[in-house]
Amino acid sequence: MSTIPKGPRPKHLTVGRVGLYCFIIMCALFFLMPLYVMIITSLKDMDEIRAANILNLPKELSFYAWPKAWSQACTGFVCEGLKPGFVNSVKITVPSVIVSVALSALNGYALAFWRFRGAYFFFGLCMFGAFIPYQVMVYPLLKIEDFLGIYSSLPGIILVHTIFGMPILTLIFRNFYASLPIDLFKAARIDGGNFIKIFFYVIIPMSTPITIVAVILQVTGIWNDFLLGLVFAGRDNQPMTVQLNNIVQVDYGVAEYNVDMSATILTSLVPLFVYFISGRWFVRGIAAGAIKG
Amino acid sequence: MPFYRNIAAKIALLPMIVISLTVFVGCIIYSFVYSLTNSKLVPVMNYVGFDQYERLFKQRKWDVAVENIFIYGFVFTIGCLIIGFLLAVLIDQKIRGESLFRTIFLYPYAMSFVVTGLVWKWVLNPTFGLENSMHMWGMTWFELDWLVNRDLAIYAVCIAAVWQGAGFVMVLMLAGLRGIDEDIWKSLSIEGVAKWKSYIFVILPMLRPMVVTAIVLIAAGVVKVYDLILALTSGGPGYATTTPAMYVMENFFSRANLGQAFAASIIMFISVVCILAPWAFYEFYLRNKYANN
Repeated sequence: MSTIPKGPRPKHLTVGRVGLYCFIIMCALFFLMPLYVMIITSLKDMDEIRAANILNLPKELSFYAWPKAWSQACTGFVCEGLKPGFVNSVKITVPSVIVSVALSALNGYALAFWRFRGAYFFFGLCMFGAFIPYQVMVYPLLKIEDFLGIYSSLPGIILVHTIFGMPILTLIFRNFYASLPIDLFKAARIDGGNFIKIFFYVIIPMSTPITIVAVILQVTGIWNDFLLGLVFAGRDNQPMTVQLNNIVQVDYGVAEYNVDMSATILTSLVPLFVYFISGRWFVRGIAAGAIKG
Repeated sequence: MPFYRNIAAKIALLPMIVISLTVFVGCIIYSFVYSLTNSKLVPVMNYVGFDQYERLFKQRKWDVAVENIFIYGFVFTIGCLIIGFLLAVLIDQKIRGESLFRTIFLYPYAMSFVVTGLVWKWVLNPTFGLENSMHMWGMTWFELDWLVNRDLAIYAVCIAAVWQGAGFVMVLMLAGLRGIDEDIWKSLSIEGVAKWKSYIFVILPMLRPMVVTAIVLIAAGVVKVYDLILALTSGGPGYATTTPAMYVMENFFSRANLGQAFAASIIMFISVVCILAPWAFYEFYLRNKYANN
């Protein structure tokens, strides 16, 4: 029997490696610090917040801030907490994601396989739209929606999210479809498939990965939106981010930092949840969103 | 080619074409036309030439806004690039727990700007925040009154923004680093080039497309910055951290000064075009030219 152990030799920690780990852990602590402060502040009562260090763990856990942030905190004269905002955000996000992803998939499909003269000119215009600051378009768009009679309503905000999500989503769908083997499409054509049949029977069944990426991109983007919700959703449909800002930025009364921080965590739960369960997909989504045509 | 050929694709792309023309192009034309009028509460066709622009450039508040956007744009872009690249290099050292670190550095990117602003507002709170912690630990010389300091408040915004966005640059850079050929590393180590030198002088230039993409995406986002500042400082103290986007929104929705808002938004638009045009020229024109030769 051989006395020489098999496998690679165990690596020894050098001074450089230790330094490397120390540095990267310090960076990680910096990135985690706001999340940590958020969570522990939400679990303290106001006396402790006033008296103690912001970085200290709570002496005794107090959970009263959470239900208060959810259902009692005041925005102006209404004291219903974040719950209505959460419901509104769901009502805005779900249809907006479905409509914008479906429309963009169709766009990408038409651009990749059914090019016609001028199609790419309009695609270029559309991509250009991705970079125009919202401030330039907000007011005229408001006028258009007013004219259509959907300003300050749920359909109004859904249309706006569809419009502003379209450039980047169309781009990623087009790039994905353009990377599929063209012979597949040709075979489907020879078998007599038309525009609609090929889309439903050949293309959609192959689109699962890119659809997941697009949905992740849209869910986080729309949930986190503030400006468009503020302007286009109207008073009755204000999304969670707008309500959160209203709750925290009250001008009168005593600031309750624990309630504020609970509300902040509640607002970021959905995107964080999407991020933690989707992991690699999220990263792919970012990379896809960043790739240019 | 007859019009009805490929008619299905034309119908499918109709929404994109209509939206590109009415919203992306139409809104810019609308804003520009009305920026030449003296509209106040409602848009009226009362031509006054470039009066609004002249008035805009005389506003002290606009000067501050432009100055801020330059400081913010510079610090935020450079900060994100340096920290993002550094983190990517650290993670690329075959460290343990790579995916954990990656998750930690990227999670802020899933948070909304409103949440980012509110969290940092609390962490940097002059009475209860980090300054207080340091004082409690005996470091009474420590000063962190940025949020109430007119000259430093904009840098607080930068810190919050870098915290949120650095992970995004890290992902882009890491994708680039992982794409570098193993042979290059081998030859560099045979030549005896120090590792940090190879990263800066050999690898970084090879990542140029990633760096350019990152810069363009960050810069296009810089001009839009609105909700982060609204949540973090509300543009204060005074109007020390106001930005062009805030100036526009204020004139639209709270000061009923539409003409000014249109003029300012057109200036925003022009500056975005100035950032994008050289990049687009390089990407779509020069590259094709060289590729064809």
